[in-house]
Amino acid sequence: MSEEVKVFGTLGSPMSCRVELALKLKGVQYEYIEEDVHKNKSPLLLKYNPVHKKIPVLLHNGKPIAESLVILEYIEETWKGNPILPEDPYEKAMARFWARFLDEKCLPALWNAAWSPENEREKAVEEACDCLKTLESTLKGKRFFGGDTVGLVDIAAIFIGFWLRVLQEATGQELLSAEKFPDLVKWTDEFVSCSVVKESLPPRERLWAFFKARVAGAMDAQTNASK
Amino acid sequence: MSEEVVLLDFWPSPFGMRMRIALAEKGIKYESKEEDLRNKSDLLLQMNPIHQKIPVLIHNGKPVCESLIQVQYIDEVWHHKSPLLPSDPYQRAIARFWADFADKKMSDLGRKIWATKGEEQANAKKEFIESLKLLEGELGDKPYFGGENLGYVDVVFVPFYSWFYAYEMCGDFSIDAECPKLMAWAKRCLEKESVSESLPDQEKVYGFVLQMKKAFGIE
Repeated sequence: MSEEVKVFGTLGSPMSCRVELALKLKGVQYEYIEEDVHKNKSPLLLKYNPVHKKIPVLLHNGKPIAESLVILEYIEETWKGNPILPEDPYEKAMARFWARFLDEKCLPALWNAAWSPENEREKAVEEACDCLKTLESTLKGKRFFGGDTVGLVDIAAIFIGFWLRVLQEATGQELLSAEKFPDLVKWTDEFVSCSVVKESLPPRERLWAFFKARVAGAMDAQTNASK
Repeated sequence: MSEEVVLLDFWPSPFGMRMRIALAEKGIKYESKEEDLRNKSDLLLQMNPIHQKIPVLIHNGKPVCESLIQVQYIDEVWHHKSPLLPSDPYQRAIARFWADFADKKMSDLGRKIWATKGEEQANAKKEFIESLKLLEGELGDKPYFGGENLGYVDVVFVPFYSWFYAYEMCGDFSIDAECPKLMAWAKRCLEKESVSESLPDQEKVYGFVLQMKKAFGIE
């Protein structure tokens, strides 16, 4: 049966990258459609994700699925090769726990640490470091969060694997250091050097430029606010 | 093999209620331990060190945390009875999407309705009703979100019904007037013993909310 698989995403979005990475890992052919989410969402995106109007959206044989973790579970259940979740229900529950931890605690904390106003910065950095510490201890020297192969948690943590390094260079703020988090830094190197991961990542220079522009914007806003 | 199932719970928690319903639907015998959240037990802190929250499901000594994950876990382990998630991957994705939606919207907006005032509360009420209407749309003409029987979305969403009276009183609005179909669905769910035995009385929940408002100094 011919499969029609489309991904509505945005270049630079770690969430849309998660979906592309999972599909590539499973060897699924798909068509990628770039959405301009800031200025001009397409009628198709609004049709396929009327509730949240966000990317990523996976369209499989005309049927849409939204929310990146929901999409990852769908991909896992539909294309059985190169599994990204363990078979054992308890191990599966643990993987889901860490994926949720990333989305609900870790990634927001890392984002806040970079962009929060000066007076909130210290607390935000502390929270972010606590999250990284937790992840470091979860990794326990394994090659990947998924063990010997890339799994759901590794895919969900792609922001830390790639985006965070670029963000740190742009802001000059180093949270993820090899001294404090040796296993996690080793994981970022291993993960990003996988060929299928490299293929899924956005161009580094564009991401860096985006973050640099945002840093400049934030500094302008601060200067104007203190005038 | 004898199964040992323990649930660390707190009576007004909608997240705890999900597990009560799911365990009852599956006919699983378990020991329930009520936590005092102002004085968390060593067991809770040991079993859920990251979030230190209930519910915690302890199955043969191993903890599973986060209610959405717990419900899926017991659905997978006790898969032979009363399946909560459908077997088709696309239908499962739809169920997960709406469970996630109900979970995030009800938790966040519900709290704003009882804990805030003025514009913040008004905005929360508006978005709350909009979210309920979207859920009503998803329910359609089905008796339950799960179809002919209780499913994952029903188990995740119906516990918030026990808080509706408290929201109405704090927010001075009527949910029934805005979403009659959803109220009919909730009452249908309550006809099932697994739900009626798991949800506390709405007045009791309101009493708890008033206590919380007092404790946090919210008028």
